[in-house]
Parts: sequence; structure tokens; C-alpha cells
Amino acid sequence: MKAPDFDYLRPGTLAEAIAILSEHEGEAQPLAGGQSLMPMMNFRVAAPAVLVDLSALSELRGITRTDTSVRIGAMTRYRELADWANICTDLPLIAVALPHIAHDAIRNRGTIGGSLALADAAAEMPALMLALGATIELMGPNGTRHVPADDFFQGFYDTACEADELIVAVDIPLAPEAKFGFHELVQRHGDYAMAGVAIKATSLAPLSGLRIAFFGVSDRALRVPALEAALDGTSGDEAAIAAALPALEAIEFEGDLKVSAKTRAHYAGVALKRALAEMLA
Amino acid sequence: MTGPATIFDKPNTYIGQPTPRADAARLLQGRGRFVDDLQLPRMVHAAFFRSPHAHARILSIDTTAARAAPGVVAVYTGAELAEHVTPYVGVLTHLAGLRSAPQHPIAIDVARWQGEPLVMVIAQTRAQAEDACELIEADLEELPPAVDAETALTADAPVIHADFGSNLAWERKVDVGHIDNAFAAPDVTIVEREFRFGRHTGVTLESRGTVCDFDPSEQTLTMHYSGQAPHMMQVILSRHIGVAEENVRVISNDVGGSFGIKIHTYGDEIAAAAAAKLLKRPVKFIADRMESFMTDIHARDHVVKARMGISAEGSIVGIDFHDLTGVGPYSMYPRTSAIECNQVLNLTGAPYALENYRAHGQVVFQNKNMMCQYRAVGHPIAMAVADGLLEDAARAIGKDPVEVRRRNLMRDDSYPRASASGMKLDDLSHQKALEKLVEIMDYDALRADQIKMREKGIYRGIGFVSMVEVTNPSPMFYGVGGAHIASMDGATVRLDAAGALHVSSSITEQGQGTNAILGQIAAGVFGVPIERVKVTTGDTATVPYGGGTWASRGAGIGGEAMLQAAHALKTQVLDVAGVMLQSPVAALDIRNGAVVDAETGAERITLDALARTVYYRGNELPSDLKPELIATRHYRVTDFPFVFTNGAMAAHVEVDTETGFVKVLHFWAVEDCGRVINPMLVDEQVRGGVVQGIGGALYEECLYSPEGQLLNTTMADYIVPMASEMPEITVAHIETPTKTSVLGAKGAGEAGTGGAPAALLNAVNDALSPMDTSIWQMPMTPERILKALGKV
Amino acid sequence: MSKTKDISLTVNGEVLTANVPVRMNLVDFLRHEAGLTGSHVGCEHGVCGACTIEVNSDTVRGCLMLAVQADGATVTTIEGLADSGRSAALIAAFTRRNALQCGFCTPGMLASAIAYVEGGGIADKQAIRDHISGNYCRCTGYQSVVDAIHDVVTEGASA
Repeated sequence: MKAPDFDYLRPGTLAEAIAILSEHEGEAQPLAGGQSLMPMMNFRVAAPAVLVDLSALSELRGITRTDTSVRIGAMTRYRELADWANICTDLPLIAVALPHIAHDAIRNRGTIGGSLALADAAAEMPALMLALGATIELMGPNGTRHVPADDFFQGFYDTACEADELIVAVDIPLAPEAKFGFHELVQRHGDYAMAGVAIKATSLAPLSGLRIAFFGVSDRALRVPALEAALDGTSGDEAAIAAALPALEAIEFEGDLKVSAKTRAHYAGVALKRALAEMLA
Repeated sequence: MTGPATIFDKPNTYIGQPTPRADAARLLQGRGRFVDDLQLPRMVHAAFFRSPHAHARILSIDTTAARAAPGVVAVYTGAELAEHVTPYVGVLTHLAGLRSAPQHPIAIDVARWQGEPLVMVIAQTRAQAEDACELIEADLEELPPAVDAETALTADAPVIHADFGSNLAWERKVDVGHIDNAFAAPDVTIVEREFRFGRHTGVTLESRGTVCDFDPSEQTLTMHYSGQAPHMMQVILSRHIGVAEENVRVISNDVGGSFGIKIHTYGDEIAAAAAAKLLKRPVKFIADRMESFMTDIHARDHVVKARMGISAEGSIVGIDFHDLTGVGPYSMYPRTSAIECNQVLNLTGAPYALENYRAHGQVVFQNKNMMCQYRAVGHPIAMAVADGLLEDAARAIGKDPVEVRRRNLMRDDSYPRASASGMKLDDLSHQKALEKLVEIMDYDALRADQIKMREKGIYRGIGFVSMVEVTNPSPMFYGVGGAHIASMDGATVRLDAAGALHVSSSITEQGQGTNAILGQIAAGVFGVPIERVKVTTGDTATVPYGGGTWASRGAGIGGEAMLQAAHALKTQVLDVAGVMLQSPVAALDIRNGAVVDAETGAERITLDALARTVYYRGNELPSDLKPELIATRHYRVTDFPFVFTNGAMAAHVEVDTETGFVKVLHFWAVEDCGRVINPMLVDEQVRGGVVQGIGGALYEECLYSPEGQLLNTTMADYIVPMASEMPEITVAHIETPTKTSVLGAKGAGEAGTGGAPAALLNAVNDALSPMDTSIWQMPMTPERILKALGKV
Repeated sequence: MSKTKDISLTVNGEVLTANVPVRMNLVDFLRHEAGLTGSHVGCEHGVCGACTIEVNSDTVRGCLMLAVQADGATVTTIEGLADSGRSAALIAAFTRRNALQCGFCTPGMLASAIAYVEGGGIADKQAIRDHISGNYCRCTGYQSVVDAIHDVVTEGASA
């Protein structure tokens, strides 16, 4: 199980990286942390002609905080995020979710931008961005554009990021008064979720300003506006959840080797119920 | 059994001590010697192009582009290799009626499972060999596959080997007593269940691998391999690639887990050896993880329809069952694929005094990867069926499962005796094991907790198993059927000039601590500090002839040979000492590296002084003294087909009824493996076995599509137990030494894997019982439990 | 021929320079080019943890990093941990507890364990279990491994 051969390039600047991607018209594959791409290459499922290692791009590194938001460079590793001094106060939802993302050795290499660019439906990071209302900053040959997370995840491993674009950073609005919830169902610690949910609420009693993002349920991480609307203004008790759950039917649940689509639908409801219960406890 | 009797209470015995393993230091410092660590001059690497279909006729294979690819040294199709390798057939005569077709390492006309090798590519690097595999163009005509074992015998099922007329490989019936009469008696309650056991596989962390080298000048073939039975491989290589047996050397250094996966003959390794001979240079083949999932033998995959009758008082009146198992397209060579079904028929209900027993086993061919012996062969099925039915029956008549076992277990004072299936049993302790289990787990407290928790909507369950375990196999296991597999093992012990012992044995080390217990036995029986024993195993050129380590035979058979050899050497050395010291031999002993006065323990002569005299200054000895400072002994089990071990285990689980997730809260295992040579090693082996059993019960399953495609070939999709979810496991022992040997050791390697699934099944069903539902399929995945609960 | 690139890195305190195929992963480089066969390969897709090594003071999967990505890096393998004495307490505890059988997972298990111990991990068995839950062991059932790490954390706290 050895990767097929490729040309390896390690550009020193973002502009240079973008130029390489443009020049190779879809034949070039950016390499961020490699924790998903490398297995796919080893399996020969991915066989890029050109591998563009982003590790030398200082423009993609660093976490900066303003009065209104936190900007996280795309090449920021999970580990660096976990070690960031303000993680618990400024990004408590991410702080809670991080230990659930794979294992130490993976978090030491895996990057925020890499996870978002891959957009695995079962990964935590896309759902966190949806719940937090983040904006994804892209750079391409025509310059920079900003895409709200809500518009970024478009389908099965499909995002708004074009083949000649790179994710530069994500911008997460600070919400010091907000409350958060997170729950995922896994058989083993660190596995991809059989269903999971990340929640942001501007207030709890009653629930309001809800952003509820599911992962591990369909072809992508997603929000269900009808569900948020149904819960908004309620106490979030069992009756309120029961009344809101039919809204989950808007999700096209996907089955896999471990669980059927039907079970996934059930699990999505369980995850939601448990996440809300933990928030309201 | 007669023999030295005082060795276990000697002042310097190591038998029974939790002595740390000497070889741990090496492995902890990165100094292991695994097959893939080998780099030999001119070595090249093999990769295989494998069948993408479960069943396909090979119309043509174009290897032109592959041969021209960078780094490629050679390419062999099945037909090309068949000119140099004779085919093999996995049958044994004592499994009457078993049939299988001639098999080639690389398929020639028809591919019969997805993953079967079609072409071998040899290149300078593995990466280049894989590159070249992608350039092979195979014109394959897909044939209808027989995938599902349950329909493999129907009239319209595709027949995999046309000559056989059907897909039946083997069947056996056992009928003892009068089961129909027993079940028809008044007051007898019948419980009936259909058990389904998923296919799983060994997932050794080190994959299968070999480095084969051929020296044409001496016509010698050397195979370095990650495996359990070097002498077996020696015969097989000799017979099928045409090298004199004595010219084949098989070396097995460190082995990164085996569990039965590595006792079989895989086409990949045979092909690598043939390629080494053809190319006259070293060929390395290391299976990658996808190849491991597709081609390492699979196991289990049984459907058992079973009934048990129980009287109102709780006496089991009989068991009646049908076992169907699909084993892939061939019976695996040379141990066959009928053994697991045979074990199920032999072992089901074996702990219990049963008068009526009827069993019918059928083994069928199918277009999936081959099945064969994996740790605890047949045990998880046999134990889950008997003890699953027992606890089901106990619920049906309103009795406690422990009480029902107490009533039905064979009495500890009733041996020797036979099981209902006719297995000879002796030296077992089911009653003592169960009582000890109930005591260490504090059963009554757990039941009280269960009631209390149920009131809060938390569903906990307690499940048991009483089990037997096949260990120390005699020639009746394989040899009697014509297999070229040794059932005896040998040990040699040599006193060197420095007064140290050099020990070699035909049993092999795969992590169990084989080398450690050989050292303990030799040191203790002979009388030197354990640091002064050096152990060699795993090389046909240097160790005595023997079977290797499998079927929990290392300690019991290899250990006994070691004991006898050490005792013989001690006698020989004391004979020399008697002459040198002018003392009656009976007045001398060997302790802590010196010949001592047996009565007082006072040192008379150190072993190095004695040995140096013998080796360097023989002139000081009488000329009629012929000192022999080396001894070899062999041992085999006689009078019994196997030496059975017994045990009792319990699982405590919590079922999340909303998600179907099962949390194992604690696990207890009481094991009677006879004399315990090293309690620490036995305990850890039992724990590891339990966790493998938990894997089979909760997680592990090779999933196939209806077309015969293996769907989970990664460790992300085939899930194994990891540390977070595993429970603490309490291990305790009963010691009933086997009378078949002086050492008295039986095997312990199968226990956890064989028993844990049954205990877990019972615990989950106990937890589910308030909801009046149950599950009879393994692995008990969350979704299956939710289905049992009617939640999805 | 495969495409290659020159790299220079420090492995167990020694500077190595090599011309490596760009597609070669770091653990294959260490094992087959640098002769450091202590690190093992179990799955080549980052799940089993056998190839876990230390790169620039962080544990990483050696199969999910290219050798060319380690250009300029500082790498420590099980051999380096043993030679420097950093793993001495763990080696003693693993031996005492028989926290290994076949020893194939051991290099990765030790790399994860040392990260836990040196990273200030607490003497809590479930926390230890969670930490090593990316390292597959088929032999031990994990309990002895957890106990051994727990011993070292406890000894460290009392030392």
C-alpha cells in the first residue's frame, strides 16, 4: 500500500501556491496536515500528479483575535488550537469538541483548513463552523473571497473552494453571551461519529438564536432551519424536542456499513436531545 | 505419569512465579527482529494483482506493460508459476468425506474469491511493484457467485467446483441418547434460538510476511517468516516447490501477533518462495492491511439453529442443533476448514452432564475469502450456543442462571468421564471455578445493583459462561489424518563451560512468553538462576523437531519436553559430580548454579567449575566417565486426543436502550489451566483473549456485498477493541494439574476469546430481559440491539 | 524511477542527509533507509498507531507524513527514547506489568505513553485509556499497559 508517484512542490508564498494550482488545472492537490489525504494516497484512491505542500506558507498560520472575532489560519493544527490561551473562553464549543476529534497524534498534524477543504460529512470541524456562523476566507487567482460556512459545504466532499483556490483562514464571530452544546455518538473514542450535533444558542430560557449543525448524518454537515425554528422560543424540554423532531425529515440521511439511514435518523434525534439536555442542565 | 516429583517445591524453582520476560527489554528498546526489518543484499519485493471479482473466469491477462514498468524484475501469472509449484489440497482423512479442489498459489483458470492472487509482480521496491500491478490488464468474465452460505446448497446455487456437484465440503452428525423422547417428556420446557455469528479475522498488528532466499550453489531455500510452525512450513515448501526438506530452513524470529492467522499456508508466501528460487535472490512479501483483510483467513461465520430442553427443576435434558458454516472456495491447506465446525460439534454443552445430544454440522463452499483456524477455534460458537440456551432456559423456567449451572455442571469428582459428544475428559473443575467466580464478582451485590438501576431506567446485565477449552492436542488432531504437522515437541538443554544453560525448543514465541516459560522451567528444574538461561526458538536449523506454538500447546507440550530435558541433564550432571566429588549422587542436588549437598544445601562445586573441568581438563576425570552435558527430550500427549482446560467467566454490561450501545463495566475470568508456570503471563494472555472475545461479540465483522465484495478492508471500517472502551478484567485461577504430564500444565490461550462472547451475549440479554426481548446475533452492534428493542 | 528530493533531518540526535523518493513516508524512510527498524508499520492509514513517533516534540503517525516533510525536523524514535533514557521508567513499568506480548505495538504505545507522562497526564486510568485509544494492541487487552503508564505517572508524582 504505497502511494503512487507525484511531483512534490513546497511553495514559499501563498501567491506561488495559487499559481501552481492554477497552472496544473485540477491535477494538483494541496497537502495540509495530510491526515486524510495521505491514507487516500496510500490506498491509491487519491493519485495527484502534483502535491503542493502548504507547510511553508506562513500566511496560513496563526490565530488572531479582534474585538469581534477570532481568525484562525487554515494551516493551524488542532493541537495548536487546543493550546491557544483563549480557547476555553473565546471558543468554548471548539474546546469541548476537540478531544473528540481522532487521537493525539492525528491532532498534532491535522489542520483546520484541511478538514474544511475535505469536508468529510462525519468530521466535526465543518459542523462547528456552521454552528458558530464562521466565514471561510478563500484565495484564488482572482483574489480573496469570503464564504459563509452556510454556503461552503455543498455536498459529498464538495465545497465552494475551487480547484485553484486555497482556504486561507476561518473567521469566527465572538459570542461571549452565547451557550453551546455538543454531542456525538461513537462506538469508540475518537471514531467518526455515527451522528453528532453542535449547537449555539444566544439564550437558553427560552431557547433562542439557535444554530444547530449536524454531522455524520448525510452527505455533508448541515443545519435544518425548520428544526431551529421549531425549537426557538421553547424551553427545550422533552415535549418541545418531540414536537421539533419531525423537522429532521428534511435531512437526507445516509446509511453506511455500521448504521442504516433509518438508524442515523434516530441517532440524530438522540444526539440532539442529549446535547440540549447537557446545555440546559 | 511418573517422573521427577519434587521439582515444584525446590528452593530455587521459578515455576509458579510471576517472573518478568527476559525478551521484553529488547522489544521495549526497539530491538525486535520482525520479518520486515530484514534487508538482504539484492532483495526484491513482491506485490499481487488480485481478483476484483468473487467469481470470474480468467480469459486472458496482459502483463506486457507491467513487465516494462520501472524497477520490475519479474512477473508471474498463475500458469507461469504452476510450472514450478505443485498444487495442494486441504483435506485430512480423519475428517471423513471432507473434499476440496487442488489449489494453486495464483489462480490459473478461475478466480474464486475477491482478493485471490492473479499475478505476482516482483520489483526493486514494493511501490514499484504496486505501480506495475496497476498496468496489468486482465480480461475476466464474471461468473455468478455463491456468496451466501445459507443458499449455497440450494439447487440453483452456482457450484464452485463443478466436479463435486454441490457446494457441500463436509458434514458430520452426532446423535447420542434419545433427544426427541427427552424433549417430549412432560414438564420439559424447550427453548429454541437461531444464533448468527459474523465472520471476523485476526487483525494481527504485524501483517503476514516473508523474506525468502534461495542459494543455487547449495540448493538451499531459507524462509524468514512471521509464523507459528516452522517445521510445518519446511515440509510444505519442500513438497510444493521441489527443494529437499533438509535444504529448506525456516526461521521465525519475533512475530507480531499470530492467533492462528499465521499457521496456515497462503499462496502469497508460497509464490514468494517459488520466485526466490526462480530468481536466485531474496524476495520480500509483506501483506498490506487491505491484503490482510482480504486474504488472512477469516473465522466463525456460523448459523446455528439450536434447541435445549430443561425440566421444571432446572435439569438440562438435552441439546439439539444444526450448524452451518461457509468456509470460502477451498478448504485451507494443510489444516483444513472443517475443524471449526467439528469443534462446535465436539464442544457444545461439554461442561454439562448431558444424556441426550444431537448435532448436525455442514460446511459449505462459497465465493468469499477462506475460513480456517483462528484463536479459540469453534469455542465461541459452542459456548454461546450452549450457555446462551442455558440462560434462556433459566429465564423461561424462572431460575437463576448460576443455580441452573450448579445443577447441571459435571461434578468435579466425576472424572475421568466423557462428554456427550464422546470427548474424553479428566482433571476438570467446573464447580470450583463457578463458585470462585461467584465469590470474586460479588454476584449478589451485582443483582441488587441491577434492580436498583432498573428503577432509574438504567439497564445492566450479568452474563456467565462455563467453558471447556481444547489444549495440548495429541496426534489425533492432525497427524492421524495425514497432515505433515508434528504433534510432539522437543527441547534441548546444554550446560556450557561458563555454567550457563543454553536451551532450544521447537515451540515458538509470538508474544505469549514461550521463551520466558522455557527459561523458568529449565532454570527451576535444573537449578540455575534464570538469568543464566539463554533460549533459542524458531529456527529449523537449530532447534529440535516439533510442532510449534498453536492450539495452546506451547506450555503443556513444549514445557513438558523442557522439564524432561532439564531433569535428564540434571541427572547427567549429578552423575559427573558424583564421580568428581566422590559422593553418592543421591546426596547431591543442583541449586542456584552449584552442585550442593542435598541435605544442608552447602556448596560442593559450582557448575562452571564442573563444566570447565569436563570441557577443558577431561584428563582429570576417570577415563571410563563419558560426561554428557547436553540432553534432549521430546513429548507428546498420549491416551487423550486433547487435554481440556476449563473456566468460568462473567460479564457485567450496561445497555443504552436509546442507542443500542453496550458498555462492558467489568469482566471476570476464572481459569483452570492446570499448573500455572507464570501467573503474570497467563493472566495477561487471558485478558488479551477476553478483549479479542469482546471484539467478536461487539465490533468485528467482515461484511460482504451480495456480489461477494468485502466491504470493510480498512481499520476505520473493520473496528477492533481499543483501550477506551475495554473493561478492567479480573483473573483468578483454580489449579488442577493434568495427570498426562509431570509439569501438569494445560493451555490457556483460547480461554478469553472462546468464552467472552457467550458471557457478553448472556449479559446483554439479561439487560434486555425487562423489555422482553433478546439478541442472538454477533457482533451485537448498536443497530442490531436497537432492532431487538424495536426502536428502528 | 520515482521522483526524489534531498532532505536533511536530525534523528535521535544524529543529522542524516538523504535523497529520498518524494512518495516515501517517514516511517518507511526511518525503517528502510535509516535502519531504525524499531518503529513499526501496521496499517499505513493512520489508525493502528504502530508507527507513532516524535517529530519536533509532537507525536505523529509516521505513515501519514512524507519523509520530505521531515526535512529540517527533529525526529525521535523508540531507539532514541531508549538510548537517551527518556523511556527508562516506562520500560521498567512495562516489563514489571508485562504490558506487551508480541511487542509490535510497543514502539507506538511507548511514544504515546511518553507524551502522556511528559505532558503532565494525570493518574487516572480512564484518561490514560482515552489517551492511548489511538494505539491498537491485539495481545494484552490494554489493562497492563494502562497500569504501567499509571505506575509511571504515580511514581513521577511521588518522586
